Amino acid sequence: MTGAELWTTAAVFGPLLASLVALGGRPAALKAGLLLGSVTTLAGSLGLWLQVLQHGPVRHLLGGWGAPLGIELWADGFSVVMLAVTALVGAAVSLYSLSYFGDLSTLDAETSPAGRAARYFVPLWLLLWSALNGIYLSADLFNLYVTLEILGLAAAALVTLAVTPRATVAGMRYLIVSLVGSMLFLLGVALLYTEFGTLALEELSAAAPGGPMAATSLALMTVGMAAKTALFPLHAWLPPAHAGAPAPASALLSAVVVKGSFFILVRLWFAVYGGGSEAGLVLMGGLGAAAILWGSVLALRQRSLKRVIAYSTVAQLGYMFVMFPLLAPEGLGGPDPRWSDDAWIGGILLAVSHALAKASMFMAAGNMSYAVARDGLRDISGVAHRLPMSFLAFGLGGLSLAGLPPSAGFVGKWLLLREALSAGGWFWVAIITVGGLLTIAYVLKVLRHALDREASDGDFRPVPRRMEWAALLLALASASLGVRATEVFQVLLQGGVQPWT
Amino acid sequence: MDVTPLLAWDALPLAVVLSSFVPGVMIMFLKEEQARLRNSLNMAGAVAKVALVGLMLQGVAGGASYEWALEVVPGLSLTLRGDALALLFVTLSAVLWLVTTLYAIAYLEGSANRTRFFAFFSLCVTATTGLAMAGDLFTFVFFYEALTWATYPLVVHKGTPEAIRAGRTYLYYTLGAGAILVVGAVWFQVEAGTVQFAAGGVVDATAVASGPITWAFIFAFLLIGMGVKSALFPIHGWLPTAMVAPAPVSALLHAVAVVKAGAFGITRLLHSLFGIEVAWEMGAAVAVAALAAFTIVYASVRALSQDDLKKVLAFSTVSQLSYIALGVALLDPLAHVGGLIHLVHQGIMKITLFFCAGLIAQTLGVKKISDMGGVARRMPLTMAAFTVGAVGMIGLPPVAGFISKWYLGLGALGAGQPWVIGVLLASSLLNAAYFLPILRTAYFDDPDPSWARGAEGPRPRLEADWRLVLPAVTTAVFSLAAGLLAASSWSPLGWAILIIEQGVL
Amino acid sequence: MTSLDLYVWAGVVVFLLALHAVVTRAHLLWKVLAINLMGTGVFLILLAAPARRDPMVADPLPQGMVLTGIVVAVAATALALGMALRVMARTGSPFLTVDPETEEPDPDAPEPPR
Repeated sequence: MTGAELWTTAAVFGPLLASLVALGGRPAALKAGLLLGSVTTLAGSLGLWLQVLQHGPVRHLLGGWGAPLGIELWADGFSVVMLAVTALVGAAVSLYSLSYFGDLSTLDAETSPAGRAARYFVPLWLLLWSALNGIYLSADLFNLYVTLEILGLAAAALVTLAVTPRATVAGMRYLIVSLVGSMLFLLGVALLYTEFGTLALEELSAAAPGGPMAATSLALMTVGMAAKTALFPLHAWLPPAHAGAPAPASALLSAVVVKGSFFILVRLWFAVYGGGSEAGLVLMGGLGAAAILWGSVLALRQRSLKRVIAYSTVAQLGYMFVMFPLLAPEGLGGPDPRWSDDAWIGGILLAVSHALAKASMFMAAGNMSYAVARDGLRDISGVAHRLPMSFLAFGLGGLSLAGLPPSAGFVGKWLLLREALSAGGWFWVAIITVGGLLTIAYVLKVLRHALDREASDGDFRPVPRRMEWAALLLALASASLGVRATEVFQVLLQGGVQPWT
Repeated sequence: MDVTPLLAWDALPLAVVLSSFVPGVMIMFLKEEQARLRNSLNMAGAVAKVALVGLMLQGVAGGASYEWALEVVPGLSLTLRGDALALLFVTLSAVLWLVTTLYAIAYLEGSANRTRFFAFFSLCVTATTGLAMAGDLFTFVFFYEALTWATYPLVVHKGTPEAIRAGRTYLYYTLGAGAILVVGAVWFQVEAGTVQFAAGGVVDATAVASGPITWAFIFAFLLIGMGVKSALFPIHGWLPTAMVAPAPVSALLHAVAVVKAGAFGITRLLHSLFGIEVAWEMGAAVAVAALAAFTIVYASVRALSQDDLKKVLAFSTVSQLSYIALGVALLDPLAHVGGLIHLVHQGIMKITLFFCAGLIAQTLGVKKISDMGGVARRMPLTMAAFTVGAVGMIGLPPVAGFISKWYLGLGALGAGQPWVIGVLLASSLLNAAYFLPILRTAYFDDPDPSWARGAEGPRPRLEADWRLVLPAVTTAVFSLAAGLLAASSWSPLGWAILIIEQGVL
Repeated sequence: MTSLDLYVWAGVVVFLLALHAVVTRAHLLWKVLAINLMGTGVFLILLAAPARRDPMVADPLPQGMVLTGIVVAVAATALALGMALRVMARTGSPFLTVDPETEEPDPDAPEPPR
């Protein structure tokens, strides 16, 4: 087995195996599953990172069977960056979930509600992890569909682990949106296969899809994926689902799950369709801009902690779509358009920074409401003095979202701005800047409540240390990417925007 | 101990930055009750910083220069450069951090949330030293924006509605301008192709001539970004409001670190990015000079009508800061010397005044000038220090302020801008008009009943806690020494001349 | 029009009708069934459309995909039905509404002016 084969296998099948282990349901099985999943994905993504950095994109034919009948795993820089950030977030959330549902070793999984939640959470999450890694390593459209479907099913189930009626309804709505999105995607896949007779991304890219059929197919797949990514105006399902889920699930949904469908969108538009159309790119950017403004304004108006963060996800996802038009500053004319490295690195850095920061913030918010047993902004007043580490994590995460140094968000926004300014795109400059200021406003609103002098009376439940550390570690990771991101930069250029030309 | 190997250590600038960052982060994880450990960490960091800066001073005086860089992404690096210009500001903040730390420990004794206070206090100093040594615009903006958010918890430290409001005002101004600064900085990089700071500027005069509108906008964006912290009219409004913060914050941050970051930024903008000749050709420097001159007079007039002592000092800060901008914007090396030394002189004089205001407020509960009657009898040392600061602000010899104004005046003549002399004179008269009544009240009026009653009983041996008095007296002595010993090569004046001679401006 | 074309167009019609039902029908069972029907529409297209190019040679790939798709659809339907039952149990209603009597005030509502 070559290195690439070993690492891709570890990343996809490690968490899958771990999920099976965790199905055992006893506390020891849950712990073993989390450990196995974390170790295999961390190792797999690190190993692949080094491979791709040294040798460029790598390929693994599962069982030695290649296209069209076999399944291929394929990784370039974009894949490994997403794999790695998922592994980091995933490991931290796994650590967090060891304590969130109560002490796993003494938990009675049969009777207590927390025990039931833990018993479902762990295998579902590990299954979700495997599906996400599968998406990042898929080399053909049908694999993407299958992994996407697993991702959607597991994610919707995670939401309903919170037993409130509101969360159950939000989870159901999420499931329906997700399934309809998958169907639209599958229809697009069928049209593409009809037209080009292949599903392998690389061969499709070589066929340079054009014409009405290919355009219809791209439109269908885009609508489907945009619904799953909660791109404005298809975002309405996200805030209740992400805010209603248990804290570790919220962290996963907001930080990494929406990135799965975002990844597919980027791959389709740029790697397969070579940019699609200029008008289409501007449309995507425009929707992203609307998402930034609308999501931020709504985040400012929320009264519950988790809802602020959930609406912030709607807004921050907008930045990743603002990347679309900026990637092709000179338009798509000619057979080989110039892709902007600045927009590419900047956009993906923002996605990475959002994943790290948002997971950290949801976990920190989870700690705060864990301590006061409520979730309203007023209820957390004064909590900063009791939970300084969680407060710090939330603040650092907020810095990253707002694009203030030191954070990956600062570097990412600098690069995006640089592309926008050199292309004379003042609209994008204004959106990026105003979005940053709005972000500061809603982050500060939360911080101010947490800093309030008079601590809320009532019981204060001590928060397990490892839950605080899990949140802080991710926030620190995001901050350190703000002083050193060269490694991410280099690996992202392996393959780049359009890896198959 | 032989320090020669350390003198050649390129990472010295990084060590200087870390000497406050590391204690700051460690303090963040301490419990509120661990006061002794917290204070030790703080003092250790402050002393280490002064020692490291001392090493760098020695090296730079001997002609060495230090550069340390970390690539963030290809094409953008965090670059710290320890040259004579950077050290002028670094030394100021390091020394004043040391004295202010002592002051703050005593000032806040027994109050709430000190862990948070000292952690962010250290982070502020970290950001200040970082931007002082920034070798390029990216690094500068990095630390400049970090300084903005690190200061916020200190402004709202008291947690009162008034403090929260002041904090909001502060953020509106600084973050709004910060966003404009970032756009300006990125735009500069796009147009100039570099973000490096270099003596004489990196902007090509012919490029400016071919796109004057673009460059004017870039300059304006950057000037707004720098100007808000330097409290240039009309974006100075946050500074008097922010005076609700505790005295050590007003002293170090709003007299030295934050506002000097802005003034230093304007210096970098005029000299290291555009180059002063290009800035004059495009008319930008004269705009800065005019704006600064107006701010000087305007803020002095505003100070006249204040009764709150800290507010007077705040408006005086607004006014005095513009001396720096005015000096560096003129096209004459003597004016540059005047601007640069005022960066230091204003810092040590104004911190003295703030220390004294805090002392008086802390000991007697007096915050208003009208209640200050006879304070000098109760607190002679404090008022002596205050007097030194006030005399310096007016610009009378032998205090440091006189030297600044002298060089600014000489420079104005050299640059052929005699109107500046008029501004300096007007400002001196106005300064006298608001400082002298304070002195008269404190020395010659009868003790005000508002504090005299509470101050009965056995008088303490020293007028207040020695940890509060010592910093005030120390900085007053510095202010005197900087004036009296100006001819020494280690005085701020001597160092500013070294900066010009080494050609690093 | 060949019979294959008929299949393709039937698939399109089924897909669109089902999509319409998902959006307009409020009952959860309707929604779940309609999503299934959307899948059926896609499967029809997936089998018939590529075959039009060469009706004499069977292409194994779409058939494999449809088989896989059916398996995925079964799993999705099972989960959706299970979750629909939970919605019934927890809200007492087969629609995506929350009974306002049993819930705290809607956190979506904007903050009242202070």
